[in-house]
Amino acid sequence: MKLFKRLVPWILLAFAFFILPAMANSELFGFSQFRLNLFGRYFSLAFVALGVDLIWGYTGLLSLGQGIFFSLGGYAIAMHLLLVTKNDFTTGANGLPKFFENYGVDNLPFFWEPFWSFPVSIIAVFIVPSVIAGFVGYLIFRNRIKGVYFSIITQASLMVFYHFFNGQQKLVNGTNGLKTSTTEIFGLVAGSDEAQILFFRITLILLPFAYLLCKYLTSGRFGDSLVAIRDDEPRLRFSGFNPTPFKVIVFVVAGGLAGISGALYTVQSGIVSPQFMSISMSIEMVIWVAVGGRGTLVGPIIGAVLVNYLRSLVSEALPEAWLFVQGALFVFVVVLMPDGIYGWFTKGGFTSMLAAFGIAKKTATYPKLDFDESVQEESFKV
Amino acid sequence: MQNSILDLDQVSVSFDGFYALTDLDFKLYPGELRSIIGPNGAGKTTFLDVITGKVKPTKGNVKLRGKNIIGLSEQKISRMGVGRKFQTPRVFENLTVQRNLELTASPTKTPWALLTKSLSSVARDEVFKIMEYVGLAPYAKLQAGSLSHGQKQWLAISMLVAQSPDIILLDEPVAGLTDDETSKTAELIKSLAGEHTVVVIEHDMEFIRDLGAPVTVLHQGQKLTEGSLEEVKRDPRVIEVYLGQTDEN
Repeated sequence: MKLFKRLVPWILLAFAFFILPAMANSELFGFSQFRLNLFGRYFSLAFVALGVDLIWGYTGLLSLGQGIFFSLGGYAIAMHLLLVTKNDFTTGANGLPKFFENYGVDNLPFFWEPFWSFPVSIIAVFIVPSVIAGFVGYLIFRNRIKGVYFSIITQASLMVFYHFFNGQQKLVNGTNGLKTSTTEIFGLVAGSDEAQILFFRITLILLPFAYLLCKYLTSGRFGDSLVAIRDDEPRLRFSGFNPTPFKVIVFVVAGGLAGISGALYTVQSGIVSPQFMSISMSIEMVIWVAVGGRGTLVGPIIGAVLVNYLRSLVSEALPEAWLFVQGALFVFVVVLMPDGIYGWFTKGGFTSMLAAFGIAKKTATYPKLDFDESVQEESFKV
Repeated sequence: MQNSILDLDQVSVSFDGFYALTDLDFKLYPGELRSIIGPNGAGKTTFLDVITGKVKPTKGNVKLRGKNIIGLSEQKISRMGVGRKFQTPRVFENLTVQRNLELTASPTKTPWALLTKSLSSVARDEVFKIMEYVGLAPYAKLQAGSLSHGQKQWLAISMLVAQSPDIILLDEPVAGLTDDETSKTAELIKSLAGEHTVVVIEHDMEFIRDLGAPVTVLHQGQKLTEGSLEEVKRDPRVIEVYLGQTDEN
């Protein structure tokens, strides 16, 4: 049974990897290519959710600026694709990406140069966000800024980046963003079905690695230190720990995951724009984690996929209603499932709900009978 | 005469003009057990804050083994061998009892070491010994947050023992404990003295008597007197401080 439980996520993953693309092509199951592409996007958002969970769920630092790192990852891959693709839709008369024509730019801005190279671009997808996260994180954490001040600073940084990218038409096409759907990658047009299936599969291949990385960070003594930082950081200092490097490391990893997430999301949605750095986007990332279950690693993945799937369904039916549904969902989860959906299932929420309806037996084990000495003694006496 | 391990020289701490400590001199010798008493607001906790680096003194010197420690961060001072238990039992509530102890028992506290190395079996055995001794072994896998107040106090003290600093500072270790637990704590603390230098801050006079250690009385941020509990109790100034103005006639 235990083995089965451990295998379930892998079985689901293999199913998604092999069966879903086949289903989408056959059109038999009412599961279209369009839907597959949407699921690919949801899964790519699970990466950023894992990062939010590391920094918020485990370490207790509510970052509202993950959108920065998410977008940087997206811009990195989009810049590469725009540079190397040479076709009528993407390339302008002067051989540069087309949008440069609109602003009369004839020389490539210097920071575009490294993105000619594919390996450099792939590395930049997570290194650039990580380095910026490390720099910002070090300054913030060294000065012992935490709690709501940390959240405000990250959100303010987000605004800075948002306005910068919005305003720089000559550098990154400003508010229009960079369009990747007409670019070419591995000899395929990025917007084509074949390429989209490829992106879907790449996303699903990378996701377990992101998960295992987070697992590695959170399961051992390093993970214990993170929880200790969340519980009582000053106390940890008096035990001889310096919390600053711990927090910087976690912020860097969360930033890197957000970058990968942004790159995967960009190629699957066909565009990266400053909208990815909007305040609401970064707050939504937090909502996914809260709904899925913070402080667990499966929770954020469930949350990111489920909330976004719900979003698509609601938006298709009632375009105006999504924000209300999202707000209601958030309130519902915070009030009734403080541990999120996953935490609710694993911590016996399901059985206690059944008990409330009279279907299952109520169990009272507080604190835990097996561990309580006095109870043990009593049972020996009888 | 032995060299002092901790030396406070004319230390004053002022919070916006209010003096929590005024020209306090305090010396501690290796292996010593010392009790500190004083009415509320005497500056007992500020005294510990100064030693552990939480509060920077306005004036004066704090020397640990002859080295000035003013301005060092809490973690640096802690690594130099100063451990502290707080007034309220502060434990990491979302970690199990065992993990709480293992974390503080860890000899290396850098992220890299914690990621790549597991705790040595010697340290792990030590953790189990401590849990056995204080009776927390049955709760090893329980989250610390679900322990009772008394058990949390014990865990907080155990974490200090696991950390094994040269100087152990205990702020009200028996607050909220039953008489049984209190006398057991006294025993534990007495067994720690000698190998460690121990400072105990307490209100419970019974407990102070159990410890049988020299007593320092603080009052309004100053050292009022020092001596055995009996001597201190006979001191008219101490009586005045504790019972208010008695000599009206």
